[in-house]
Amino acid sequence: MAERKEKEENVLGLKLNSRLLELLAKLQEVEFEDFEMEVGDLEIWLQPGTVAVPPVAPPKVAPPVKAKPTQIIETEFVPPVETYPGKVVEVRLGATKSEGGTRGKTVVIGGETTPAFYTFERPTPHPPVISLDVFDMEVPLAKAVKMHVKDVLGDPAAWAKLAVDKFGADMITIHLISIDPLVKDASPKEAVKTVEAVAQAVDVPLIIGGCGDPVKDANVFQEVCETFAGERFLISSITRDMDVERCAKFVKKNGHVALSFTPMDLNLARELNRRLYDFLPKEDIVMDLTTAALGYGLDYAFTNMERARLAALMGDPELAHPMSSGTTNAWAAREAWMKMAPEWEPRELRGPLWEVVTALTLLLAGVDLFMMMHPAAVKTVKDVIAQLMGGGSGNAERLVEWVTVKV
Amino acid sequence: MEVERLMSEREAKGKIGVKELSPIDVYKLLPRTNCKECGEENCMAFATKVVNREVPIEKCRPILKKEFEKAYKQLKEILKPAIKEVVVGTGEWAVKIGGKLVMYRHELTYFNPTAIAIDVTDEMPEEEILSRIKRVEGFRYEYIGQILKLDMVAVRSTSNDPDKFKATVRKVAENTKLPMILCSLNPTVLEAGLMAAPKARPLLYAATKDNWREMAELALMYGCPLTVFAPNNLKLLKSLAKTLIEYGVEDLVLDPGTFPGEGLADTLNNFTMIRRLACKHGDELLGFPLMGVPMTVWLDSAGIAQEIVKWREAYLAAMLIVRFADILIMHSLDGWVLLPNVILRANIYTDPRKPVAVEPGLKVFGVPDENSPVMFTTNFALTYYTVASDIESAKINAYLIVVDTEGIAVDSAVAGRKLTAEKVAEALKASGVENKVKHRKLIIPGKAARLSGEIEELTGWQVIVGPRDSSEIPKFLQEKWQTSHS
Repeated sequence: MAERKEKEENVLGLKLNSRLLELLAKLQEVEFEDFEMEVGDLEIWLQPGTVAVPPVAPPKVAPPVKAKPTQIIETEFVPPVETYPGKVVEVRLGATKSEGGTRGKTVVIGGETTPAFYTFERPTPHPPVISLDVFDMEVPLAKAVKMHVKDVLGDPAAWAKLAVDKFGADMITIHLISIDPLVKDASPKEAVKTVEAVAQAVDVPLIIGGCGDPVKDANVFQEVCETFAGERFLISSITRDMDVERCAKFVKKNGHVALSFTPMDLNLARELNRRLYDFLPKEDIVMDLTTAALGYGLDYAFTNMERARLAALMGDPELAHPMSSGTTNAWAAREAWMKMAPEWEPRELRGPLWEVVTALTLLLAGVDLFMMMHPAAVKTVKDVIAQLMGGGSGNAERLVEWVTVKV
Repeated sequence: MEVERLMSEREAKGKIGVKELSPIDVYKLLPRTNCKECGEENCMAFATKVVNREVPIEKCRPILKKEFEKAYKQLKEILKPAIKEVVVGTGEWAVKIGGKLVMYRHELTYFNPTAIAIDVTDEMPEEEILSRIKRVEGFRYEYIGQILKLDMVAVRSTSNDPDKFKATVRKVAENTKLPMILCSLNPTVLEAGLMAAPKARPLLYAATKDNWREMAELALMYGCPLTVFAPNNLKLLKSLAKTLIEYGVEDLVLDPGTFPGEGLADTLNNFTMIRRLACKHGDELLGFPLMGVPMTVWLDSAGIAQEIVKWREAYLAAMLIVRFADILIMHSLDGWVLLPNVILRANIYTDPRKPVAVEPGLKVFGVPDENSPVMFTTNFALTYYTVASDIESAKINAYLIVVDTEGIAVDSAVAGRKLTAEKVAEALKASGVENKVKHRKLIIPGKAARLSGEIEELTGWQVIVGPRDSSEIPKFLQEKWQTSHS
């Protein structure tokens, strides 16, 4: 995959994705340590006198021939409902006029007291939300995405409006690509202008996306935070290589929310969150544990998030934050954008489906906020969330007919 | 680890779960002679591997002897997975489903990837049946060194006519060795189908509250696994499972119903509750493979564009793969529907304990000679297989040196000093390729360009910086290699 990263249409997804690969191997080391630990335990058990032998089930004796049942043997079914000591914090994004901002709508994410959509235990307190990506300059996009936004490329305000009005975005992420010293090196003042235009065009909560340069991002974020004090923008993102103290302070002082980003390692996530706790209340932190595309490390992303959520519910406060996913990274997979042999076409369907499958996999791991790209993918994920939130029930009589349905 | 331990304590409810099984439990039942017949240094090392499911207990030859019969039985019992492994079909084409030891993949790993069956019906024209079978058999996609495939054919009776069903099952059995699922809720129809393939051990679909006795008789008579179908009624599902087990049917598959749309929450809840009860509470009546049926989306497909129905089937399948399904029945055969699902399946069933790396060393492509190009890449599996597949599909004769970067991709390895000029020089030397080619030119990945000077210094070879994306290798070689060698 590394070989693929510079593909023309693909630059975008991978730019967001660039930190991930470095740490894939690290995660493996962690897994391996776990294994070693078990062997270590074993050595302790082997010390003389401590060989405690757990009970072993007796061998099964062949049962006497029984009469076959003539009617259904009724058994009880008890739903396996658990309670957990931990709870994910609730984070409010965006602020209305009365709350000190200018947004017409706000969203609340998090608050779970049960694994993702274990609604037999407890309902999901807040539906996961979707933020659509908007870029502050023309960027290479996959063909399947570009066809939907070609009229608004280079005009972030118009793009944001289209995303909210037509594509149903709950939030907008304005990616300030142009501030990158290696791209246009746009000034913090220019970035503020862009944010201003987007904030005027739409009234949903905003996510402010940086360029990945730790110094430049901090400077731009500070300018944006100060100019838009009280808006509860989500600042995407605060990373370990930034001046965490400085960033946390200007986020807190100006009433925003920090997105704590770490590259697929729960210990690093805990560590960064701990550093933020010195300056920010828990309710002002969302975490991004890194999203890898379907086929390109999604298994790591999925398991990392699933573990984080289970740990949070089991009482680990350092992971008890709502989770955000850069689901747009799905487009980094060559199978999402590339023209392939006829049997795999059309890519106009394959591409957005790649984004859907990446999103839904992570929805089931516990993601609360998706940053997405393709309108069809957004619609599908919203539909699925609505179905999972709703109290609708399956029609059993009707379902039986699948066996004989003529397609 | 702490968290999982807590979780299992909370949820184990008295039964020895997988996490609690320690190598010592296995060790004390082994012969303990350290005979090394299994290939391990001693019985303790073997026991550790057995507990981690890296080797089957049968690799211990002595344990199979008469004198250890009792211990062997005990071992089988304590090593029994929470989800029974059920075999569909026979011989080398048979497919194993279930056999899961854990609820979450990070607790160990998932075994037996979700089997995907594609349907045909007894009212489809013969050409359509044959062409669908051919496409099922012919489906293949190469992904990190694995060939991703489809697994089974589900034959549905839409006619409810025993003769038609029998003829169709015969037709399918004659044309493929893939295991079958025979689908009809009418036992007479199902039996007619079984008569056409009496030794094939298909999965029967399905026993319901109305037909369970006849279905149980068929399962016993033909030695087949049997699906239990009780849509959205887990009490009934469990009662039927108990009844069928008492009846003597040992291999069950559970279908709690796959409801698209409105009932999606029910579907996920039912799958999750069943799997939790089996894995965490030791409920043996629910410890069977779970069937998901994404093709239920076709029930309400009248008047809707086919692409939309296929799209729904695709993402429903994906959610079921993530949420515990061991077998799926699908209708869509389109590559764009199936590809994300077979890749998702490969991802979810990847062993999280194993690093995604390949063996370093020299790989030979085609029939290279003394003028063939020499390239290198890293041993990160995804990188290696992508490069390898690009070289193979262009039918290039070449040498590829796989440098040990500890399973890290090129750019990250360069940044993290896992890929250095020293390592490249070492690998080049160790490969012995200098005795195989006359030239001294090394093509390096575009993303390792900054190492080129150092590599030249250390090796004395001329470095040619290759493309940043391996899909460009064929074009690159055509332009740069052939000209430099003509």
